[in-house]
Amino acid sequence: MLEVFIFATLNGLVTGLLLFMLASGLTLIFSMMGVLNFAHASFYMLGAYFAYSISQYMGFWAGLLFAPIIVGVLGAGVERYGLRRVHQLGHVAELVFTFGMAFLIEESISFFWGTDTKNYRYPDILNFPLFTLFGQEFSAYRGFMIGISIAIFIGLYYVLTRSRIGIIIQAAITHPHTVANLGHNVPLIFMGVFGVGTALAGVAGVIAGPVLTTFPGMAAVLGSIVFVIVVIGGLGSLAGAFIAALLIGLLQSYAIASDVGVPDLLNLLGLSFERSHPLNDLWTLTLPQVAPILPFLLLVLVLIFRPTGLLGKREQ
Amino acid sequence: MNKSKFALKLNSLLLAALLSISPISLAQEPVRIAFMDPLSGTFASIGTSGLKQIQFAAEYLFNSRGGILGGRMIEIVPLDNKQSPTETQLQFKRAISEGLRIIFQGNSSAVANTLSATISRHNRRNPGMEVLQINYSAVDPILTEENCSFWHFRFDAHAVMKLNVLTDYIAMNEDIKSMYIIGQDYSFGHIVSETAIRLLNEKRPDIEIVGNEFHPIGQVKDFTPYVTKIVSSGADAVITGNFGADMVSLARSIIDSGLDIPIYTFYAAYDGITATLGEDGKGRIRLIHNETSNPIPTEERKAFIRAFKKRHPNNDVTQPRIINALSMVVAAMEQTQSTDPYDIALALEDMRFTTLSGEEIWMRGSDHQIFQSLHISVHTDEGIEFDADNSGYGLFSVYHVPAEETIVDSSCNMKRPSR
Repeated sequence: MLEVFIFATLNGLVTGLLLFMLASGLTLIFSMMGVLNFAHASFYMLGAYFAYSISQYMGFWAGLLFAPIIVGVLGAGVERYGLRRVHQLGHVAELVFTFGMAFLIEESISFFWGTDTKNYRYPDILNFPLFTLFGQEFSAYRGFMIGISIAIFIGLYYVLTRSRIGIIIQAAITHPHTVANLGHNVPLIFMGVFGVGTALAGVAGVIAGPVLTTFPGMAAVLGSIVFVIVVIGGLGSLAGAFIAALLIGLLQSYAIASDVGVPDLLNLLGLSFERSHPLNDLWTLTLPQVAPILPFLLLVLVLIFRPTGLLGKREQ
Repeated sequence: MNKSKFALKLNSLLLAALLSISPISLAQEPVRIAFMDPLSGTFASIGTSGLKQIQFAAEYLFNSRGGILGGRMIEIVPLDNKQSPTETQLQFKRAISEGLRIIFQGNSSAVANTLSATISRHNRRNPGMEVLQINYSAVDPILTEENCSFWHFRFDAHAVMKLNVLTDYIAMNEDIKSMYIIGQDYSFGHIVSETAIRLLNEKRPDIEIVGNEFHPIGQVKDFTPYVTKIVSSGADAVITGNFGADMVSLARSIIDSGLDIPIYTFYAAYDGITATLGEDGKGRIRLIHNETSNPIPTEERKAFIRAFKKRHPNNDVTQPRIINALSMVVAAMEQTQSTDPYDIALALEDMRFTTLSGEEIWMRGSDHQIFQSLHISVHTDEGIEFDADNSGYGLFSVYHVPAEETIVDSSCNMKRPSR
């Protein structure tokens, strides 16, 4: 039982930190520009595919370095030449624009790379078990994923709260006109934030691609859950996104690892039902089966009891 | 006088023109067949690969040899149902409005069930405008049992037939003392789990079922938490009916965890899966299917595969049953000289057909289920003449069961239309 708990925690940590890398960019972009970027997970997918192609010629590490840069430049380009023009037409236009981008990116990927699963591998240097516990291996690559995610969180937090750029960004979130009057180029800051946000999604794609498999549906699998995290954490709150991402990662992991379900509850209450009972599916439901809907359940609860999210400041 | 003479001349000219045109235009009108499967989204890889195969088969076997029914070409019309039952309803309406009356569909038994129900209803309400469902891959037994329909034909062995063979094979392995079953949480996944448990209990009561897990289809990001449970259960082997991204992620996670046990599957090959498993999967992944991949018994099928690879270097002939299905439908059309679904259905019943592999396969008339030999293959790079995903790895058949031994009874009580 202890082994299952330890590994469930580690797995939850890996998933949670990966989700955080996606959510951090999304929440930054939202707090800054008020844009919910529906194409965010698509940039994550682009990161994986670029890294795959680069790794074919120059190895994994070159992919890790260059793919996020390419994705970030693409993201900045989308902001500069697309979103900035659409911005004048209001929020609905922006939403529709990013929604369209998501489709465009997915279709382009199917077009250029094909629809089959790509054989994107992590480097041999990380292909060994980091440690073995109770006969189970924890791969070094997963340890590497945890390390890089935490490094990015610390770096991001430091830049946003301690550096001059971070202070300007924070000011631009709440008082864009004042910042502009002080002589700062606010549109440039926006473009930069969008670029960095998408680059972060790109990093997530690069390191997730080899373990979660690289295929055209990878954005769709993660897309909705990232929004859930941003809302639960509080729109625009980096720390909130961090907590929410870990919470959801661990919640899902523990739920899958558990072996309890409605039958146990019924046993406890001393109830039993025939197999032919019309609600038989309900009485035989187990926690692992419902694990994937738990984040959405949490979302509903948060929206009811704390509409601003865990650490959200906005009251709208 | 002059005027009427001129009119007469004009009329006869027109008539002559019409007469000379009409036979040609009739002869050139293509036979249009719908191919309805996921062409976008999580399971797009299987759908698009199937589409390439049916299009190539139509061209290579029929169109390039002068067409069918005296010179008509086959046109395959792709319809993207995103593997969703709702989208399938919309695409079905589109098929009707475009006059498509033969629908090929294979992916997801849930979709196949929806389509079958929709088609039965449509056919009841629109006599003379019936639609035929050619199911080349959805293997929930219910489609040829309780829910069997005159308008549905299945060209793949159903899950119980496949599991019969698979559990026979597992039962021969004395080293296996415990089994973990994991599958997608929908009709097919549940059938696999229930049937595998029942058959293993009959054949090898000493094998303990140490896990029976369902996960949502196409939604799992990371299978590691599931694999953690498999490891701690101490299972000697795994059975899964997963396909597409769910299959490759599961196998990858099992391999990454360092767990070295055999995995018995239905769909763990091709469309990127073989390449992704590569060396790590060698000798561990086994798969139950019809039509061997290695060795290939006939030159005819080898030539077909080579021609396909020439056209689509990055794809493989992953589902020869699509070719069998198309060939049998065409044979039924030629036999009846008709493209009407009712005529085709009657001709398909109890048809015996020799495939490119030189094997005679039989479409049972009472429930519209195909019977052909089944094979268990192993993922390896030894003895592979036709590899998958250009990876050097492929499937090598190690266990064969002739068609007669795969026959199972059916509870189908078919309602036949009165015409």
